[in-house]
Amino acid sequence: MKVTIDPDKCQGHGRCFGGAPDLFDSDDLGQGIVIGDGTVPAGLEEAARLAQANCPEYAIEITE
Amino acid sequence: MTISKPPVEDFATDFDHTDPEWVANPFPIWDELRETCPVAHTERYGGAWLPTRYEDVSAIAHDTEHFTSRTVVIGNGRPGDDAPPAPMGVAPPISSDPPFHAIARRLMQPAFSPKSIEPYNEFTRNLCRRLLAPFSDASQIDISADYAEHIPTLVIAHMIGFPPEDEALFREFVHVVLEAVDAPIEERIEMFEPIRIYFEQQIMDHIENPRDDLTDFLLNAEIAGQKLAPEHVFGTMVLLIVAGIDTTWSAIGSSLWYLAQHPDEAERLRHDPELMSLAIEEFLRAFAPVNMARLVKEDFDFNGCPMKKDDWILLSFPAANRDPEVFEDADKVIIDRKVNRHAAFGLGIHRCLGSNLARMEMRIAIEEFLAHFSSFSLADPSDVVWSQGQVRGVRKAVVNIS
Ligand code: HEM
Ligand code: SF4
Repeated sequence: MKVTIDPDKCQGHGRCFGGAPDLFDSDDLGQGIVIGDGTVPAGLEEAARLAQANCPEYAIEITE
Repeated sequence: MTISKPPVEDFATDFDHTDPEWVANPFPIWDELRETCPVAHTERYGGAWLPTRYEDVSAIAHDTEHFTSRTVVIGNGRPGDDAPPAPMGVAPPISSDPPFHAIARRLMQPAFSPKSIEPYNEFTRNLCRRLLAPFSDASQIDISADYAEHIPTLVIAHMIGFPPEDEALFREFVHVVLEAVDAPIEERIEMFEPIRIYFEQQIMDHIENPRDDLTDFLLNAEIAGQKLAPEHVFGTMVLLIVAGIDTTWSAIGSSLWYLAQHPDEAERLRHDPELMSLAIEEFLRAFAPVNMARLVKEDFDFNGCPMKKDDWILLSFPAANRDPEVFEDADKVIIDRKVNRHAAFGLGIHRCLGSNLARMEMRIAIEEFLAHFSSFSLADPSDVVWSQGQVRGVRKAVVNIS
């Protein structure tokens, strides 16, 4: 499983890096970024799905 | 100003967000409108529309082509040509439209990123403890006047480097700025005068004695190699005071007001600190304090509603947050709600720049309150005062403490 953030949609609400700090971080402007290449380590699939479900801008994509 | 208005008989055709029924409990009103008339209208304020469904609030918040942020607080009457012009508006970036908005916003973003906010954690925690210390042996505390109203006020004063002893003045400014929109232009200028003078003095002091705070940050900021226009610096500083205080005060107050009526939930939070992040998002959803406004740019048909140029839109993120289409058991407060795509900080390009700061203040304020009092309960549920207008929050709520 892999997560990506569409930077054109992200407005920096911070629900991703706030709720799943092992998968997401924020850049110097406070916009969301994925950690590493976005590969979701085993056990964090649920956290990834919740981040996607909570992003107010529908900016997070998950590929299985 | 609002006392002489007739009471609202039908919120679908004559809504008023300052009506006592709305102020006391707006949720049933929104729930009914969502079912019967999802975009309500009123002739009050010169004509305004109220979408209550999440989908419509989101569509308008994202549509900067048909709606302008030139004025984001509804006043009495159509703003016409008195309103400060787009694209900058009176208080960039909140009053700005694209393309200027992105420039004004980008400038501020580094100062409000999570990493820039973190250094203020300790200041905030010490502040909360200092506010609570005098109540160690007391039997009651007003969560608004004794606690919540001071926290964002003193944090923002600290961040911009203004004297903390002027705290009451800042809350007065918030009042004037929100009220001044109703007044005729000459009166507005007159009411703004003391604010302008005060800010000028503080800004002069920063120019003479440079230091490392947000005021200096703005004074040194540049757009395309040029220092910001003085009215840009002034407008943004007023915005930080206005946007930072009422909003967070309200969010902290509503959260504690809820916990004061649900001691079992307070106890859960004391024992399971992990729960706090979820609880904060749920308080933000259920008691979202901020309604914004937009103006219709040109005559335009929105879902069959004939919107006219300069009609107001009351953009109610709080109403969107109660939409059962988007939230399961939308009318229930569930402090461990996991799926919660709330819009308390807005949607689209104007997403609250202070959201990381506001969340930090809420968390620390609630944590410290829970740690300081082993139990607390609302003294008299009928003696709670809510603010009136676009920012909703507790302005008086006395709790018994032990
Ligand atoms: C819980 C507390 C808060 C809530 C619920 C809140 C809510 C909002 C909302 C809904 C907007 C969107 C405005 C729009 O769409 O027109 C907004 C914008 C903004 N807020 Fe907040 N706010 C809070 C705290 C703060 C704080 C503490 C600050 C900073 C001191 C702040 C600064 C701003 C700024 C600068 C904007 C304008 C952003 C832009 O236009 O790009 N807010 N806020
Ligand atoms: S939750 Fe969505 S909008 Fe917010 S920072 Fe993450 S990706 Fe961006």
